[in-house]
Amino acid sequence: MRIVVVGNGMAGSRFVTELTDRTKDFRVTVMGEEAWQPYNRVLLSNVLAGGYGPDQVRLLDPSWYGEHGVQALLGTQVHHIDRETRAVIAASGERVPYDILVLATGSEAVVPPIPGVERAISFRTLDDCQQILARSTGASRAVVVGGGLLGIEAARGLAGRGLPVTLLHLAGHLMERQLDAEAGLVLGETLAALGVEVRTGVNVAEVLDDGVRLADGEFVPGDLAVLACGVRPLTRLAQDAGLEVRRGVVVDDEMRTDDPSIFAIGECAEHAGTVYGLVAPAWEQAEVAATVIAGGKALYRGSRLVTRLKARSVELAAMGETHLTEEHAEVVRFSHRAKGTYRKLVIKEGRLVGAIVLGESDAVGTLTHLFDRGGPLPGDRAGLLFPGLSGAAAADSPVRMPDSAKVCQCNNVTKGQIRACWEAGARDVAGVAAATRATTGCGSCKAAVEGIVGWLCEQEGVSA
Amino acid sequence: MKSHQSTIDVVRTHCPYCALQCGMTVTAGTPVVIEPRTDIPANAGGALCQKGWTSGELLSHPDRLTTPLLYGKPATWDEALDHIASRLAELRREHGPDSVGVFGGGGLTNEKAYTLGKFARVALGTSQIDYNGRFCMSSAAAASIRAFGMDRGMPFPITDLASADVVMLAGANVAETMPPFVRHLPRLIVIDPRRTATAKLAWLHLQPAPGTDLALALGLLHLAIAEGLVDDDYVARRTNGFDAVKTSAAAWWPERVERITGVPVARMRQAAFALAKADRAIILTGRGAEQHAKGTDTVTSFINLALALGLPGREGSGYGCLTGQGNGQGGREHGQKADQLPGYRKIDDPAARAHVAGVWGVDPGTLPGPGRSAYELLAALGTADGPRSLLLFGSNPVVSAPASLAVAERLRSLDFLVVADFVRSETAELADVVLPTTQWAEESGTMTNLEGRVLLRRQAVEPPNGVRSDLFVLAELAARLGDHKFATEPREVFDELRRASAGGSADYSGITYERIADETGVFWPCPSEDHPGTPRPFLDRFAHPDGRARFVAVEHRPPAEEADDDYPVYLTTGRVLAHYQSGAQTRRIAPLVEAAPETFVEIHPALAEHLEISSGDQVRVTSRRGSTETVARVSDTIRPDTVFMPFHWEGANRLTNPALDPTSRMPEFKVCAVRLERVA
Ligand SMILES: Cc1cc2nc3c(=O)[nH]c(=O)nc-3n(C[C@H](O)[C@H](O)[C@H](O)COP(=O)(O)OP(=O)(O)OC[C@H]3O[C@@H](n4cnc5c(N)ncnc54)[C@H](O)[C@@H]3O)c2cc1C
Ligand code: SF4
Repeated sequence: MRIVVVGNGMAGSRFVTELTDRTKDFRVTVMGEEAWQPYNRVLLSNVLAGGYGPDQVRLLDPSWYGEHGVQALLGTQVHHIDRETRAVIAASGERVPYDILVLATGSEAVVPPIPGVERAISFRTLDDCQQILARSTGASRAVVVGGGLLGIEAARGLAGRGLPVTLLHLAGHLMERQLDAEAGLVLGETLAALGVEVRTGVNVAEVLDDGVRLADGEFVPGDLAVLACGVRPLTRLAQDAGLEVRRGVVVDDEMRTDDPSIFAIGECAEHAGTVYGLVAPAWEQAEVAATVIAGGKALYRGSRLVTRLKARSVELAAMGETHLTEEHAEVVRFSHRAKGTYRKLVIKEGRLVGAIVLGESDAVGTLTHLFDRGGPLPGDRAGLLFPGLSGAAAADSPVRMPDSAKVCQCNNVTKGQIRACWEAGARDVAGVAAATRATTGCGSCKAAVEGIVGWLCEQEGVSA
Repeated sequence: MKSHQSTIDVVRTHCPYCALQCGMTVTAGTPVVIEPRTDIPANAGGALCQKGWTSGELLSHPDRLTTPLLYGKPATWDEALDHIASRLAELRREHGPDSVGVFGGGGLTNEKAYTLGKFARVALGTSQIDYNGRFCMSSAAAASIRAFGMDRGMPFPITDLASADVVMLAGANVAETMPPFVRHLPRLIVIDPRRTATAKLAWLHLQPAPGTDLALALGLLHLAIAEGLVDDDYVARRTNGFDAVKTSAAAWWPERVERITGVPVARMRQAAFALAKADRAIILTGRGAEQHAKGTDTVTSFINLALALGLPGREGSGYGCLTGQGNGQGGREHGQKADQLPGYRKIDDPAARAHVAGVWGVDPGTLPGPGRSAYELLAALGTADGPRSLLLFGSNPVVSAPASLAVAERLRSLDFLVVADFVRSETAELADVVLPTTQWAEESGTMTNLEGRVLLRRQAVEPPNGVRSDLFVLAELAARLGDHKFATEPREVFDELRRASAGGSADYSGITYERIADETGVFWPCPSEDHPGTPRPFLDRFAHPDGRARFVAVEHRPPAEEADDDYPVYLTTGRVLAHYQSGAQTRRIAPLVEAAPETFVEIHPALAEHLEISSGDQVRVTSRRGSTETVARVSDTIRPDTVFMPFHWEGANRLTNPALDPTSRMPEFKVCAVRLERVA
């Protein structure tokens, strides 16, 4: 059986490895427009920010395809699907027959139809990234258009390289789909402190050589313009082939299109009315499709979305229904703008259905797990926002400690026993140790024992 | 057996319990007097934990067995041994040599472990031998052999810990399992799903969901690569295979790992930097990381991290595994493992077979091949092609094996079960014949501690009338089964072991009882009597033929059993301070029972509130494999999605999952799915 995969991005490359893990019986061909070995698109922001070189984001070594008997046609764009003869036709005219076809063409960056837009660089591929980096070295100021996840990561990355950045955003606050207004505001202030000037509610009308012009005529300087205005699923192949396409290529729970021999996964696919724009769903879909195609049973039931900003010194996680208000849900909120902290929980029927965690916090891990897996929430919601608040028992002073408190865990010695030992004449740690064995295990109770003995001596008016 | 032991001798020996093998003196008398030794580095400064302090109490315990039991009735030694020999011979005649199985333990001395392996291969001719160490450190052993070509738990002396700038402990609660170990620790990073006594001492505690340590290690490696923390020069000079590992790590960016593990990215970053920026750093794994169906790969991912940072084989730095059982290290070296011959040799290696057969005076062709691993052996008992009888030494699988109800069922289905023990353990209760044996202070022998340091346990007291040593039992049976002559004096056995191990990976040939005494222990490998022993075997080269360490690319995967609607909570198991292993010894000692009287289940307040459970409530915990009742202990030291039970009491292991690691055959003790309900 011949399997052909169109698109060698995050979903396509994952599908190929998942399939070869499950079976070696198929002949697999993967065709990708990008000439690179498959790479981790998610890390492009980190490449832009510095630190990661192109070889540090590679998902498969060049030798992988040979070792696994997979044919990889890199730098090959597919032009057409011929469903009659079951073949795909590449731009070069080459025909590749398939028994099963998997579409994983992903998305393309949205380029707004404004004058001069060709002067700006989109931010989607490794090539884009390298182009931005090449231009950034000679630039004096950057303008990033679009204040979603990608635009923010790009802006932060460029600022981290020492380039002043202006971030222009159409909506009233940053990441308006994931954040409420206050979170957007706090995020903007955090970015400002890191060298990113944030302007919201502005509409870019034209891209010039040395800046952009806003709809109201204002000129914003910047000799490097980066576009992060959202993405659009690449569905043309499917559309031309007559497959059902709405926003994305429509698939069922097995990731199959309305042609049983054609599957679609990743950002080009639309499942249950949703087109996902994150990698976790793309990989889940790749696994489901690989299992089904290998003859197994698997169903995709949709994904819970956690958006996690990857920008140095800006910790932000947003998940689920962050926009629900008190009318429809229980909302817990903490805001401390001066510290760049904003935390919000949205709870419905005893379940965490949404959260925003802005600013460094140990809460993020627990909240993500509660959101992903359900699980009971404590009645005391504050503990969720401030982990450790309830847990950290105050270091008990020798005075306040009850006699029953265990002082030496290793030898099961209580304060009462130490007191008894003192009453029997022991006046230092060695004496207590000889009688009770306290401090002879891990040794970490030594200070506590000293404290108790010292306090007892003081009480008596004798110095220890 | 030693005959004229003066009762006032102060005998320098070691604790009967854990792998730290604290030095202690034992003075015979009623009661015996135990004092810490100060010359043994493991417990330098005269430390002992409560288990060690009270270890003398079991010597004269009323539960002590002093006469063989034949079908529950007292019998003479000759009656018992004759009966065993004739039953085994009969089974062998009717069903072949593999109808007899042997199961050993990581608490047995080197001499006993060695003799047990020899007994199985020579006197019984069975391939069906394995031991409870499979449940202990087998994943770390497999990973170390893969990476370094050799498995010596800590390939450096314990004193290196104190001189390190930072130590990372992945899945080890040393503050409870081996408290004096804590004294060696510098700045500490602890990875544990529970805020354990050890985690409370840590500078940084990473609290991943159970079964996600592998992802966490991949995330740390990813960070190390991304932040330019890799020791490129070391990687080029001393290792192979980094490129493939680097590529696989690209898929484990920290934000993804955070979602899987629940460990905040900022904390991962802190940990990666602390390890990388330290002059000397050490990474240690314990059962928490290892007892998984992906334990070998989990350890491998920590070793990959250590290698990327250039730690192993550098003085003062490194990777090590914290062995748990008293002789967990030596017990895995001398042939009680299904695939192994003495000296850490492989049983399917023709040269190894020829060498060992030569020492044993048999034809190499008569040695059986590899047999079943521990759980597979237990699960096969009494089945159509499995062993029909079992000889069990130093283990209590009714309490300690995973899915223990099924294992007990297998034991009951045997034609014939023989248990050698000093108390009537839960497993001994099922035996046809119980043989009362000597314990630690009543006999001599060597133990190899968690550092790979061979130590001498000396006899300090006379055994009670009626008990015999395991060596005696094996020699008597071997004689009855085929006229074999097995040594019974520990020193004589050790000298034979030295010859059998010569030239192997764990070479003991240069170690003598005198040297151990004079040098307070000798590190293997030690190939000749004038060889100083090898405290740090990897300083110049690793044990692979090319001298290099190997990176191995590994992938994270979820636990073998994930939480779902029916079983929504994860269970993880472990130890408490006052007890040791299956508790057969420690649950009989009054001060330890007072410290930890009963089994319990630790539940987070949020989960407890949801289930309407309060501390002290009786709770039923149920998994797909069984159910047990226990007492709730509500505590915020556990994650809300997880409960913890100690495994020292029969019960916890009814629940655990016997899914096996494909390489080490380690069962997944550390995570399974359960449900809890309050019992009225
Ligand atoms: C800078 C950046 C940061 C991101 N950060 C995150 C993040 O932190 N977390 C997260 O979850 N997601 C993140 N994403 C989104 C994530 O990368 C995408 O969701 C994911 O890549 C989607 O995978 P895909 O395979 O569907 O599409 P893609 O990865 O885009 O792959 C599609 C591939 O198909 C090829 N192709 C298209 N048409 C054809 C054709 N006709 N013939 C041949 N080949 C074709 C394309 O060239 C491309 O290589 C980020 C994206 C970017 C750009
Ligand atoms: S149990 Fe371990 S730590 Fe405790 S005294 Fe014995 S050897 Fe030392």
